Amino acid sequence: MAKVIVVTSGKGGVGKTTTTAALGAALAQTGQKVAVVDFDVGLRNLDLVMGAERRVVFDIVNVIQGVAKLSQALIRDKRLETLWLLPASQTRDKDSLTENGVASVIREMRAKFDWVICDSPAGIERGATLAMRYADTAVVVTNPEISSVRDSDRIIGLLDSKTEKAERGQRIEKHILITRFDPQRATRGEMLNIDDVINILSTPLLGIVPESEEVLHASNVGCPVTLNNPACAPARAYFDAAARLRGEDVPMNIPSDRKGLLDKLFGRRAA
Amino acid sequence: MSVFDRFKPRSTAAVARERLQIVLSHERQARGQSDLIAVLREEILVAVAKHVIIERDKIHISMERGESVSSLEINIEIPHSPDMPMAAGF
Repeated sequence: MAKVIVVTSGKGGVGKTTTTAALGAALAQTGQKVAVVDFDVGLRNLDLVMGAERRVVFDIVNVIQGVAKLSQALIRDKRLETLWLLPASQTRDKDSLTENGVASVIREMRAKFDWVICDSPAGIERGATLAMRYADTAVVVTNPEISSVRDSDRIIGLLDSKTEKAERGQRIEKHILITRFDPQRATRGEMLNIDDVINILSTPLLGIVPESEEVLHASNVGCPVTLNNPACAPARAYFDAAARLRGEDVPMNIPSDRKGLLDKLFGRRAA
Repeated sequence: MSVFDRFKPRSTAAVARERLQIVLSHERQARGQSDLIAVLREEILVAVAKHVIIERDKIHISMERGESVSSLEINIEIPHSPDMPMAAGF
């Protein structure tokens, strides 16, 4: 039975799709079967970030409407054979997702995978509420910036009231993933620091992904950052976050690409 | 362009530009097409994809209007490669 994770944020542009692809590829590299699901109907982008845009024929709306079977709509990653993508529809509107339809797709995926990672659209409308609806765990992607933190707080409220688990009186597991963090700017007092964000949101931290040019390189070439350059700082942060999702106890740190003198001399790359 | 540029590895931005041009050209085409061609394209894609794995941009459809008859030309490329098996099995 899969664990269903929603990657959400409220605010757009904070790194939900990057995170979905990176965590999906990190978990799949351990040999577990992973599906990443794009819920952004009308504005899909997970296919581009995963480098599968030319292979999309069927999408989640086709599966819900019975035009295609789930197995026909799933696209297997060309680099990792345990990683699959279920794309969103580009042509239809967000109302083509129905609650019952999403429930049955998620139910079918639970039986086939170890992890199902749902990439939520920005906002708090239908697409976003359906992406979180059947999740066991939520990863709330937050930038250390006031509007992002406020929107995360709003989303945490929705997770505690509008998900199936919450309605049954169960607790949905929630984590904050801080992305685009710049330790130098936080030290200089120009950016909210980690403790500020965690205290304000009173939700445990899943990881800290540093601001890095590697993220843009990875999306340029259509490869999750954890596959494109597994040794780079953001990839290491995502590997740690994935290990924590698996229940491992990994010390919290902020990976860095800044090399010390020894590293420069010997060209050593941190694993 | 400097002579040294040719020794540089291809930038990731160049890859991004090319990928975007391909994906956008197809999406814009779908938006601008007459309804009939767009509908036919989607339905043919669905019918073929049920049996073989094809890429979205490997279907070319055009219609030529003649005086008494029009002709519809459909051209579909089907790849034969190990990572594109004939069955879409999960």
